[in-house]
Amino acid sequence: MYIQIKNLTKKFKNNFAVNKISFDIEKNKTVGLLGPNGCGKTTSIGMMLGLIEPSEGEIIINSQNLQSYKRDEILAEINFASPYVELPKKLTVKQNLEVYGRLYGVENLSNRINEISVDLDIKNFFGKKTGELSSGQKNRVSLAKSLINKPKILLLDEPTASLDPDIGDFIRSYIQEYRSKNQVTILLASHNMNEVERLCNSIIMMKEGKIIDRGTCSEIIKKHGRNNLEETFLKLARSKNEL
Amino acid sequence: MNFNKIYALGLRHLYLISNSFPRVLDLIYWPTVQIFLWGFISKFFTLSSEYYSNTVGIILTAAILYDFLFRASISFNMMFLEEIWSRNFTNLFIAPIKISEIITSLTITAVLRTLIGLIPASILAVPLFGVSIFELGLPLLFLLIALYLFGISLGLLVASGLLRFGPSFENIAWASLFFFAPLGCIYYPIEILPNSLQIIAKGLPLVHIFEEMRNILINDIINYSDIIKSISISIVYFIFGVIIFYISYSGAKQRGTLINMGE
Repeated sequence: MYIQIKNLTKKFKNNFAVNKISFDIEKNKTVGLLGPNGCGKTTSIGMMLGLIEPSEGEIIINSQNLQSYKRDEILAEINFASPYVELPKKLTVKQNLEVYGRLYGVENLSNRINEISVDLDIKNFFGKKTGELSSGQKNRVSLAKSLINKPKILLLDEPTASLDPDIGDFIRSYIQEYRSKNQVTILLASHNMNEVERLCNSIIMMKEGKIIDRGTCSEIIKKHGRNNLEETFLKLARSKNEL
Repeated sequence: MNFNKIYALGLRHLYLISNSFPRVLDLIYWPTVQIFLWGFISKFFTLSSEYYSNTVGIILTAAILYDFLFRASISFNMMFLEEIWSRNFTNLFIAPIKISEIITSLTITAVLRTLIGLIPASILAVPLFGVSIFELGLPLLFLLIALYLFGISLGLLVASGLLRFGPSFENIAWASLFFFAPLGCIYYPIEILPNSLQIIAKGLPLVHIFEEMRNILINDIINYSDIIKSISISIVYFIFGVIIFYISYSGAKQRGTLINMGE
């Protein structure tokens, strides 16, 4: 397994934000992390990024324990994009990519910036300050930053939230294309069920800090007797007891 | 230590300055205002006070040195606050950069920010008031090192507070240096303070730095043991600041505040 999460727990005072979750992600697979707001998705991602210290449990990435191995060596292979995390607003798009390229120790940085900017169609606003961009442009720049180091693990938190259908589709198509050309393992947290069905090999459903179900989209839809993932999500999210 | 990463983080702040002319003006404006203000006050004291009668511009020199300390600390805090204001905390702390590299980068970049403001102001003081801080000679370099280390130490402590308490700690960032100023004996000798406060004041490097500055300018004597003492105390504060920063970072990871840090 490329990513192994073992009994991962995070307790804030007396509340369990994440409660003994365990799952594996195989290399070059895309796994969806689903669940209602406050179910522990962001906390789980935060722990996998080394931003939040787990109360218990282990995060093993490519056989290396995130807590005990050299943090910066593991993080060099990971990246993250979220519309809720921004890049410095007063820097231009190019400057931001240059700064993060250097932080990630990217070789042939100019070529890489050029390559990614063509792929994500961001070159025409390269000289613009990031704070002056539209939501769609910001999301593409954020994705460009997250791919600048050609990560082996990509964590995406609602990458198409608040985007119009056209740009949302552009980003989903790009992620599909990028995955087909590169060796990348993706964990995708999303509330867009069509997006999850389109991109993910399997899904993990969370509720109140626990994993309540897992499997491929079709398996889970079938298991719960629903027509699509959206209906299945609603059933699981609204159920009072664990399934 | 990876110097490319240290440079990258420094570059982020240099781009910020170079992209905005008002920011450059802001860096230069306040030290220049200080020079004018204290220049005229020191001119008045020079004419009216026996204590200062033999040393033209002693207060102005103190003002320039104090401003150096102030700018160093504020520069460090500002760079940290910039990451909070731009909601860039998560991106920064998930990048493969060590905490020691972040501290090193901010410390080095703060020198540049400080000098951008202070060099024009110091040069301006020569024709306007006939005062040059370079009259302090070689000890000036050591005094600046001591001041800089103490300024960065205060910056580290404020940054630790920002990590611990979030953006609400911002006001403390601005107030932190004024807290030490009365005890630092910047413009007056330590004997002015009550005995009990003198004991506390001697625990700050500022007293030794500014006493030595007056000693050089008034008595024309260099006491290197005082300079070494001021640098040593500053190093102790710097190490203390680094330790507190690491503790706060670890605490922020425990509380999960790094992921949502923003305005």
